[in-house]
Parts: sequence; structure tokens; C-alpha cells
Amino acid sequence: MSTPAATSDHPSPTDAAGVEAAAVTALAAIAAAPDLDALKAARLAHAGDRSPLAMANRAIADLPKADKASAGRGIGQARSRVNAALGAREAELVAERDSRVLADEAVDVTLPYDRQPAGSPHPISTMRSRIGDVFIAMGWEIAEGPELETEWFNFDALNFAKDHPARAMQDSFYVAGPVGATSSAPSGYPDGGPDTGLVLRTHTSPVQVRSMLERQPPLYVICPGRVYRTDELDATHTPVFHQVEGLAIDRHLSMAHLKGTLDHFARAMFGAQSRTRLRPSYFPFTEPSAEMDVYFPDKKGGAGWVEWGGCGMVDPNVLLACGLDPDEWSGFAFGMGIERTLQFRNQIPDMRDLVEGDVRFTAAFGSEI
Amino acid sequence: MHLSTHWLADTVGLPAGTGTEELTAALLRVGFEVEGVHAVPATEGPLVVGTVSTIQELTGLKKPIRFCTVDVGPGNGPHGSDDPRGIICGATNFDVGDTVVVALPGAVLPGGFEIASRTTYGHISDGMICSVRELGIGTEHDGILVLGPIAPPGTDPRQLIGADDAVIELAITPDRGYALSVRGLAREMAAAFDVPFTDPAGRPLAERPAGGWPVTIDDPVGCGRFVTVRVEGIDPSASSPFWLRRRLSAAGIRSISLAVDVTNYVMVDLGQPLHAFDAGRLTGPITVRRAAGGESLVTLDGAKRTLVADDIVVTDESGPISLAGVMGGESTEISSTTSTVVIEAAYWDPTAIARTARRHRLPSEASRRFERAVDPAVAAVAAEAAAELLVRYGGGSIVGRSDFLGDALPRNDIGLPLGEPERLAGRPYDPATVSRRLQQVGCTVRAGTDGRVADVLTVTPPSWRPDLTRPADLVEEVARLEGYDSIPSVLPQAPAGRGLTPGQRRERLIAADLTSAGLTEVLSFPFIGEADLDGLGLGSDDVRRRAVALRNPLDADRRLMRTTLLPGLLDTVLRNISRGTRDLLVFEIGSVFLPRTNAPRPPDAPIDRKPDAATLATLDAALPNQPVHLAVVLAGAVDRAGWWGPGRGAGWAEAVEIVRRVGRMAGTELRLVAADQAPWHPGRCAGIRVGDWPVGYAGELAPAVIERLGLPPRTAAVEIDLDALPDRRTPVAPVISPYPPVHLDVAVVVDTGVRAADVTQALRDGGGELLESVRLFDVYQGDQVGAGRKSLAFALIVRAPDRTLTAADATAVRDAAVAAAADRVGAILRG
Repeated sequence: MSTPAATSDHPSPTDAAGVEAAAVTALAAIAAAPDLDALKAARLAHAGDRSPLAMANRAIADLPKADKASAGRGIGQARSRVNAALGAREAELVAERDSRVLADEAVDVTLPYDRQPAGSPHPISTMRSRIGDVFIAMGWEIAEGPELETEWFNFDALNFAKDHPARAMQDSFYVAGPVGATSSAPSGYPDGGPDTGLVLRTHTSPVQVRSMLERQPPLYVICPGRVYRTDELDATHTPVFHQVEGLAIDRHLSMAHLKGTLDHFARAMFGAQSRTRLRPSYFPFTEPSAEMDVYFPDKKGGAGWVEWGGCGMVDPNVLLACGLDPDEWSGFAFGMGIERTLQFRNQIPDMRDLVEGDVRFTAAFGSEI
Repeated sequence: MHLSTHWLADTVGLPAGTGTEELTAALLRVGFEVEGVHAVPATEGPLVVGTVSTIQELTGLKKPIRFCTVDVGPGNGPHGSDDPRGIICGATNFDVGDTVVVALPGAVLPGGFEIASRTTYGHISDGMICSVRELGIGTEHDGILVLGPIAPPGTDPRQLIGADDAVIELAITPDRGYALSVRGLAREMAAAFDVPFTDPAGRPLAERPAGGWPVTIDDPVGCGRFVTVRVEGIDPSASSPFWLRRRLSAAGIRSISLAVDVTNYVMVDLGQPLHAFDAGRLTGPITVRRAAGGESLVTLDGAKRTLVADDIVVTDESGPISLAGVMGGESTEISSTTSTVVIEAAYWDPTAIARTARRHRLPSEASRRFERAVDPAVAAVAAEAAAELLVRYGGGSIVGRSDFLGDALPRNDIGLPLGEPERLAGRPYDPATVSRRLQQVGCTVRAGTDGRVADVLTVTPPSWRPDLTRPADLVEEVARLEGYDSIPSVLPQAPAGRGLTPGQRRERLIAADLTSAGLTEVLSFPFIGEADLDGLGLGSDDVRRRAVALRNPLDADRRLMRTTLLPGLLDTVLRNISRGTRDLLVFEIGSVFLPRTNAPRPPDAPIDRKPDAATLATLDAALPNQPVHLAVVLAGAVDRAGWWGPGRGAGWAEAVEIVRRVGRMAGTELRLVAADQAPWHPGRCAGIRVGDWPVGYAGELAPAVIERLGLPPRTAAVEIDLDALPDRRTPVAPVISPYPPVHLDVAVVVDTGVRAADVTQALRDGGGELLESVRLFDVYQGDQVGAGRKSLAFALIVRAPDRTLTAADATAVRDAAVAAAADRVGAILRG
């Protein structure tokens, strides 16, 4: 292959001046490229196969042997500069384009996206779980039982004598008979039917009895659940409510252990400053018996004592009815209302809010209490 | 129980400076809940006892007015003299020489009424003679307060008239009947303050001839003691003295007549309810017996009571004259002419009185005490005390006393091991303290026969404490008097526990999953009515109509226990809608109550030992089945409309999705089959199965139900019996193939009646092990497939656990799957 001889009019593409001119032209075009498309055209024109520098590079082969080295060096350096400039400009232009895309794609992130309604557990359930967790952490277990009970489990086994005033203290819903025979009021019974020996449980204590009958001590259980009393619904009463009761049966359990358990429970529910105090009282199923007040640091209107529940040492008669020897085993029991706990702890002035199921009320509590 | 601090202070000497606050604190500490404290409003300034010196009736006025001079004591007269003061008075119920209460100028009576010297009716009135109401110590205002000669003029009368009294309102627990008396509470306070106590009932009984009234006790079980004291020659016009009226008023009891007032006074004082008969209206001897069926009695409140054979009655030859321990009869009631009175003091069987009072809905001051057991030892003392008061204020004399004493008194000794107080209370008590505390409540305590301290104290409880029968009862007495606050706080170490049961975990998981899916939990009342079941469109033979009914429902229209959670949940939805909430996604987890056929009546089970296994089993068999159900109601939008575009309303598919979620949480495959069950839409109701076992339903509610209840269109619901779900099996790790999958889509055409689940199952079975998943992604009905046909499009993933499949392998799997579908449900591969 031959190349025309260089003349003074047409400087050789391989001489230094020609190479420099081609490089300068190329660098200018690259710098002037306003976008990636223009840069692509500039790359083709100045670094492509048919660009002056590429052609010069090919022309090296035709140079005299002595000139080859210096021409090759000059052209190589020029091509490097052009390629470097191309790379730098491309990086610049890509960055520009990317940031423009991000700007174009910007949205109002404060637009609400509430397609799926938010759900919540009922605060009573949340409280119940929370209380359960406190006791589970101490090694206790959660026991459950039927809401509709025999009077034996609800009263007799718990040392309520048949006509003792204590039975009347807890105004019970009694079940009409014959059970399930008809759903309309049986005629001929002024009280709504003959005695069936069945009641809606007035406390969760029958679950304690069931636990004692089913397992051998040591026994440490809490019994949360729904209970019933014949109170009309108002701001502070509801005929259907929830209790949590605790029962511990072991050798050598005393009121000191009852106090220790209640104090721990109070701290878990109401903060490290909380504690409990006991006042002598009466329940058929405990002896000695006590009312329990809790010191609530966040009490509305200032820290102070709030009535929280009842407690005591399990009555020997209850132990006997459950087949446990009162001289060998002792135990304590306590109970409190979940609604009442929520009312003073979470400042719920009206009980009805807890039972009516208004989703606005429930949603406000979220998933933790 | 309303306790007058004055009355209490008369009965027990408490440490000097014991005010109402210290008293209420002490009462609370030993176990009496204070429900209120009502102090007599104070009279400020000079208040003195006066003696009326002269009375001048002023005439010519519209009403009687007197100008009196009253000796108000040395130095209290005008200008500090000893002279009487002139006072204008509008009352006429007093005479010269009577002792009255005078407010001198400068005094301020309750209510801010200032007394000053003033000229009225032409005289200077230099003070005021006060009425009971003006002094704030009662409500009487039909004249001024006339006292007996109880103190010389000039004495401060506040203490004498109870102007410094306070009434403490106490809630008495049912085990402490003795505390329904000043006597009982005084003993408690003596123990609380650790001061000596002299029993007001401990005085010796006067000797009397027999002759209260002839009495026969036919029912010694119901009547353990019956004392009668007869008083004759009483002045029927005699009235109760002021102090007695005031004490009754403090105790919350109205003054009626001297005879009735003294019985009530002694009841509050000693705790023994008494009844006064007009002896002149008694017909022959008294007999105590159970009522005969059909007998009746008009009680003091004027109501005619039909008696039943269980009621104990006091009778004479005319028939029943008193409903024992509950209320007296009208026929022998004290009247304004009564001059001979028979006072009855009895001990009645607490159970019988409780039953009678409840049966006749007649809770009275007497029945409240008798049903908690009164002190059988105090009956004669109490009857005597009342008779003596009657004689003192009404004249006459005590004729005689009769006393029937059955076996109300004997009491058993209790052996109290010395270690027992510490064992139960958790702190040591020295034996001397234990003895002292038990003696304070009235027990006799013996520690060994030879003077040595024995290991066991022999304790005889007093006659007024039938609640003390076991060592634990005695421990409570010691612990409460020594103070519950002295018991230490020790956290017991329970053995390691097992955590939540699988069922409890499952319930929590399901609830958490549903709330994160946007559902709100509801806890509705479980009371339903026939109308609710009608509203759901349940057929007359629907098993959910067999419900447990309550004898005493709060609302007669809701006397049934729920057999389904839906009524309560739908009710809650409607309440929310009425309050303006539009989209309601709610759930409830709770028991339903399903009667068993041929349930036995609960047997009488023992309470002194563990019932045998058969008895326990029968007790449980008597109960309705009470499985825990989950119900869901979806009403309105499950996916809201917004700036992103339209939303999506609830429908059958969302209900089915809930079932899928529950199945996943329960670790159980819940199979869906077409079903027809009220209240669901018959064409849009899925039966939920575990294997072939039905466990619930899901779908849209029937349009008729939706319209009847006023629910949003397409409201959907789910109800599942969670107790019917099997326990979760421990999951076994799957094999995750590392080889690439082959994705194939296949569309098959079937009759519209063919269920997607059946086609899917056929494909799955036909594809075999290499067919990793089958997912239906499109359903098409239209011209291209012809009438009565539909096209179902599935995405298949084919993959082997041990190699990369070839296209030919995958096609073979697909063909086998389609062949099975063709074979089983007539599916034709869509070209």
C-alpha cells in the first residue's frame, strides 16, 4: 500500500502539526458536545475509524522507518488525550442526564397513601396479652375455662355456702331450663324456668378450681377471661367484663409471696415506682383475705393509691374441695378487672367506650397498651 | 352500718386525741371499708345550756310568740352579768324550768346564720333558743330542743347534744355480722388501738320471774333462742328522749315510738334485733314454727305476704303474727294506745332468714343482721336493756322474762398450731401476741395444761364469731390486727413454665394477622334474641336456634346466649355505621354456647373432698359446648379509592382471602367447597373444610339479609370454629431446588360449572412431582370460548430438584397435567 508523498502544501497527516491540529479540533468538538447524542457524533468523527487521527495512525506504516517511532508517539499521545476527553465528557453528560431524570421523577411524597384501612386489636385483648406476658416471664401459665359454668364450680367449690349473703353479693345470670329445649320463655315458671344449676361465671375463679383438679401442685397459673354480673351498662359498670385472676399453690406459700407477686405485677404494669398495699377484707374463697390498692405514679390528678383488686390465701375449704391437703399445701389467689385497670391506667372515663366496639376508639390504642 | 363516733366513745375509751381521721384510718386498717364520713356542721361562737326562767305569751299577733327570760349561766347574762337573757321565741313546746340550748349573740349557726341582739315584737331578743334542725344535729323542727336537766346553765352543750358528732359510714363484709353493732365495732377499735375493752353486754342479768309470754318452739332448728320480756303499764303517750332520737338518727333509723325506738336502739348498740309486740293484741300463747303453705301475713309495711313452707313464722292463736327475723306483722303492731309490750329477742337460723328475706324481697335492718348470724348469747341482755329503757322513759314495770335456749350456743374449740400464723402470713408472731390478739377479739385461749407454752393453742371463739372455725380464720385475726403492712414482700420462684399453649399462640397469631390485614377487633356482648336469628334468615330448624336461655336477662329481647358470633358483630358494624364510619372490617374471637342434647342436670358434688371422676365428668357434661369461634365482617371498601385511582369494595373473594390467612396462621389447609348456608348468599358462600370436616363458612351475605339489616351492599362475612381446627404439626423443611425453573402458561376451557379448585387439583395431580406450582391467573368467558364455557389460564412452574430440565421435559409435564384435567373435568387445551 502506498501513500502520496508529503508536500509543503499538504502537510502530512502524520507530522506533528497535523496531528496537533486534529487533536485540537477533536478536543473542541468533545468539549462543545451539549448532550450524549452530540458526544456520540463527536466520538465517531474524531475517534472513529475514519477520523483524522485514526487515518494518521494507519499512515505511520508508510513512513520512513526512522520517522515511525516519533510519529507513532505523537499520534498515540493525541489519541489518548482525545479518548480521555471523551470519557470525561461522557461521565459529565451521564451525570447531568441522571440528575435531570431524578428531578423529573420527583413527586409530592406527602400525598397520603392509605389504601388499606389500619386495624387494631381491642385494648382489652392487648392488656390481657400484656398481663399474660408478665406472668409467663415468671414461669406461670395461662389457664382458661368455660364462661357458662355449673354452680358447683362457680360457687360451691369456692366456699360460697348455698344461702350465704356472699352469693347474693355477686348478682349472677342464671341459666333457664331446660337448656336448649326452646328459645322462647318457658311458660309456667315465674323466674323464667326451673333451676338448672348453671350460671354465667361471675368470676374466673372456677378456672382456678379446674386447674387444681386437673394438675398436681406446684401450680402457678393466671386465669384471664370474660365474666358476667347483672349490672346495667353505665359509665362504670358493664354486665360483661374481663378479669384476670392468679393462683399459686405450693409448699410454704404465704401472704408475703402474695405481696411479692402483686408488687412485681404492679411494677410491670404501672412503672418502677409502683407498689401495692393490702387491707383486710372478706372473700369466701380466701382466708386471710384482703383488698388490694396499687400506687399509681401516673394517676390522673397526681400520684396516689387506686383500688385494684381482691386477694388472699386460698381458703382451706377450697383446697379440700380440690383434693389438696391444707396442711401440706398453701397458696394465694388474686384478681382484678381488666376494664377497670384500663379505665384508670389509660384514662377511659366511660366504660361504654370499652364495650361498644366503636372502631375509632379501638384504633386510637394501636397494638400496644 | 352508720357508726356515731359519739356512741362509740361512750362504749370504749380510746386514747385521748383520737379524732375522726384516726378512727377511719384504724377502721380501714383492721378491715372495715369507710364509705363516707358525715360530720355534724359546726356552730361557731357562744352556745350554752339555758334554763327557762319566765315565759310571757305575747297576744294580738298572727301566730303565738313568747318573750322568755332564760338563765344562761354565770357571766353569760347581759353585759357579762349573771342575769337571765330576754329571748323572743316562736315555739311553744316548752315550760318554765325546761333546759334548752341558747345561741348567744355572736354565735353562728350551721348555714351561716349569725345571732345578734335585736329588737322585735317590742322586746330586746338577746339570743336564740334553738331547734334540732337549727343546730344541724337532726331534721326535727316542730319546736325547740328541750333537754332533760342534764347540765347547769352556762355549760357548753355541744358534747351533750352531739353537735361535735360525726357518722362514719362503713361497708361490713358478710362474715362480720357482729360489726353491725356499736358493741362489735367498739371491740374492734379497742383492739386496733390496743386499749382495754369492757363488753357492754357483759353486765349481769337481772333476776326475773318467768313470765315473758308463753312460748312453744316447734322449730328448734330455725329458732335457736327465743327470749321474751313483758313490760306493762307503759304510758302510751311517752316519747323517746332526745339523746335516743338523735342516736337513732345518726344510725340512719327513723324515730317511730318509744317502744319501737328502744328496740332499734338496742339493735344498733348490741347487734341483737328485737321485736315489740302489743301484748294487748296477742291472742293466746306464741308458737314458733315453719309456715304452712297458703298462710299469709300482712307485714308492718302494709303488704300482704303469701308464705311458703320454708318461712319461719311467729304465730299466736290467730295465725302468723311475724315473719321471723325479717319483719313484724301489722296485727300486733305497737299503736298509740299500747301499754303492755312483749319484747322478743331471738336467734334465727341465718340460712333460713337469708332465704326468706330474698324470697319476699324484704331486706331489713333485722334480716341483714340475722342472716349474718347474731350473737346468740346476747338475746336476754338485749331484751332486758330494751325493757329497762322502756320503763325508764315510759314508766310501768317489767313483769317477767321467758327464755328458750336451744343449741345455738355450743362452739367447738380450734387447735391453732403456733407456727400457723407464720406459715400463712409469712412473718413470725410471738405466741404472746397471738394470744393477746385472739383474746382481744373475744376468744378464750389456752396454751397447754401445765402452764407451759404448748405447740398448739386451744382457742374457743366467742359466741358472736361463728366465722371463726379453722386455724386460718384465727390467723387472719392476728395478721389484720398486727397489720397487713407488716408482712414482707417476697417474690416466689415458680417452677419453669411451658409458655403459651398451642391454642393460645394460634389465637394470638390469627388476631395479629387480621389486624395487620386492616381488621379491627370487637368484643361484643354474647346476648342475642330470636329477632337476631330471624334477621339472619335462619330456617326454623336451623341448629343455631337451639340456644341456652337466661332466667334473668337484663333485656328480655336478648335472653339467649349466642350460637353464632355474627349478630353481635353485625350489631357493632351497624352502630359504627350509624356513627358515620363507612368502611368496617371487623373480627371477633369468642365463645359460642351450643346446648348438648340430653345434657344431665349437674349432680350434687361434695365440697369437703375432691369429687370422683364420674361426678366431675357429669358436671362437665351438664355444660353446653362452648367452642371458640372467629367471625369476620367486611362491609364497605377493603381497598379505598384515592388519588391513585378507584378502590375496591368487600365481597366474597375478600372473605375467602381471610380464610386463607387463617389457614396459614393455623398451619392447616382450609379447603373451600361451594355451600348454601344462611345468612350467606347461596351462590357466593364457601364452606370451609378441614379434610371433609366442615369448620365454617365464608362469602357474601344474602342480599335479603343485607337489605333487612341495612348493611352496605356486598357485605361479606366469615365464621370459623377455631376449636375444630387440628393442632399445627411441626413443619418439616422443604427441598429448595437450586436448578432453574421452566415457566409455562397453559389455558384450558371447561364448562362454567366446573370449579377452579378441581381443575387446579387435576393439573397438580397430573403434572406430578416436577410440577412445582400451579397458579390460576385469568378467567375468561365470552365469544371466543362459546356459551356455557370458560377459559382458565394457569402459570405453571416446572422444576426438578436434581437437574436442569430440558424444554422437552417441561412440555411433557404440562401435557400430563392437561391430560389429567381433560380426563377429570373435561378440560380442553385452548389453542
